[in-house]
Amino acid sequence: MLTAIAINYKIGKHCLLRDISFQIRPGELLAVLGANGAGKSTLINVLSGEKQPSSGAVLLFDRDLKKYTSQELSKKRSILQQHNSLHISFSVKEILLMGRYPHFRYRPNKSDLIAIAEAMEICDVGHLAERSYLSLSGGEQQRVQYARVLCQIWDQPQSLLLLDEPVAALDPQYQQQTIAIAKAFSQRGFMVIAVLHEINLASQYADRILMLKGGRKWLDGSPAEVLTPAHIYSIYNAEVDVIINKQNLKPIVIPKQTNLDISNFNSLLPSVAFSGVQVAT
Amino acid sequence: MKKFFLYCLMISGLAIVIFFSLTWGAIKIPLHDVISILAKSIGCFNGVVDSTYEGVIYIIRFPRLLLGLLVGAALGISGAAIQGIFRNPLAEPSLIGISAGASLMAVIVITLEASILVGLSDLFGYYLLAFSAFAGAGFVAFIVYSVARINGSANVATMLLAGIAINAFAGALTGLMTYLANEQQLRTITFWMLGSLGGATWQTVWTVAPFILVPLMLLPLLAKSLNAFALGEAQASMLGIQPNKVKLQVVVLATMAVGASVAVSGIIGFVGLLVPHIIRLIGGVDHKFVLPASALLGALTLALADMLARNLVAPIELPIGVITALLGAPVFLYILLKEKKKVLH
Repeated sequence: MLTAIAINYKIGKHCLLRDISFQIRPGELLAVLGANGAGKSTLINVLSGEKQPSSGAVLLFDRDLKKYTSQELSKKRSILQQHNSLHISFSVKEILLMGRYPHFRYRPNKSDLIAIAEAMEICDVGHLAERSYLSLSGGEQQRVQYARVLCQIWDQPQSLLLLDEPVAALDPQYQQQTIAIAKAFSQRGFMVIAVLHEINLASQYADRILMLKGGRKWLDGSPAEVLTPAHIYSIYNAEVDVIINKQNLKPIVIPKQTNLDISNFNSLLPSVAFSGVQVAT
Repeated sequence: MKKFFLYCLMISGLAIVIFFSLTWGAIKIPLHDVISILAKSIGCFNGVVDSTYEGVIYIIRFPRLLLGLLVGAALGISGAAIQGIFRNPLAEPSLIGISAGASLMAVIVITLEASILVGLSDLFGYYLLAFSAFAGAGFVAFIVYSVARINGSANVATMLLAGIAINAFAGALTGLMTYLANEQQLRTITFWMLGSLGGATWQTVWTVAPFILVPLMLLPLLAKSLNAFALGEAQASMLGIQPNKVKLQVVVLATMAVGASVAVSGIIGFVGLLVPHIIRLIGGVDHKFVLPASALLGALTLALADMLARNLVAPIELPIGVITALLGAPVFLYILLKEKKKVLH
């Protein structure tokens, strides 16, 4: 069980998170939605223990995150960060092994090797095992990082899995697959919190949606409660239609024709003479 | 399997270089004499050996060889570890000013010797030189580390920039000292700045051995942490590694090894940069392999370079730093070109 109690996070005068409280239980998949700059990544970093809240507290199984040692915490939560900067040509297998570092001292145990093999299988990166990470495409790198993060808590029931925009670099098939894997984890008793921009993925898979606006908790509820045209307009300034998917009774959000007028930008663009496309005669 | 093969290759290479450097020199000692002298020393041979040969090997060549092996291993492994925490394959001890600090202190001692150390024995002067070089290295490492600390965490970019500033400062002071030095001191400074194992005695070997053996044994234990560092400090901390602790450990151990080496052999360039690079190229980037293998290849390289330094234009002895730079720079350029091609294709 993870409990956030009145979290505030400030950098200088800027308040990035204000008074956020919520709870998540093992078995739940919570999607965090919000516009750019709403504080989603900051929230994830506070929940992971990487950043200390300015006030308030995060309790993992009724114990303050600050009271955990970093070794203890590394066996109970893992996090897929939005940006991964790895410029050294480790092989995919070596990177997955890093995910198991909290669990062995010098030599990986059998359980570590099993976790790695299974995580590789489930993220569909087994065929890349011996390849250098640097030679992979952006999407493949993303899947490798996902596999690393999964194998860190593979055999640790009720752990916390934090995903910061896990599908950003992925094609639609792997987007579905990534969230489906997270869902499967949650159903085995893990706590999953995923920052998403894909509203319909959140609607389809999340048990609950937490909507942030300007660093505050705006809404917290089931997809059907949260995903209404009015709420989505208030968060994203976008007009949408919401219909109900008859198969699973979840809302489907369909953007309306965008109503931004191109001429709005004209006064901001550089004024260069351009007399239309030259056609060779 | 491949790594096992590489270890075997390096160890046999090391054995060959060891025997060759014991036989080669101003006096050529036949290989079977070398073997019987070594066998006698460990008590498996009771025959008669040539006492001149025995003297040359025991008093001159063996300590020098051991010192070369120790210094080479120290430079190799600290280069690899420092590149690990900086997450940059081009980092090396001289980059963050450790070598510059050591050399500055040594040059100061050499130049001021006339006014301060008049009447002191040569032996004491030598130890003073060694100790000040070590102190300089430690002092700089401490300064760079404290400058780079922001909110209790050392920022790598700031650490590199601080290294550049310290290098410039130490370079200017070293230049000033060179300018002030007299003819004799200038020779000592030059000799020392270019690096040499010529001062090796059993005493120097025993003096530096602990400072080098401790890092050699402890740094490989940090292999996992250094691997995780490649993911970035934030990610490493999510894996239960404490980045600041690891950085402190690496800086202290590397300073110890580099400071001790610079103290007894002067500045020997390129080994710390090149050796880990070659190791990564042939055996992969896993620090569990890179750290011990860099120590091994560093020892091999330096023993080889010293053998060449003594014999290429015998009886004149070349500074070993010249040899390592002459061998190292072209190889390094070659590696860079090859990497560039890899990126292009």
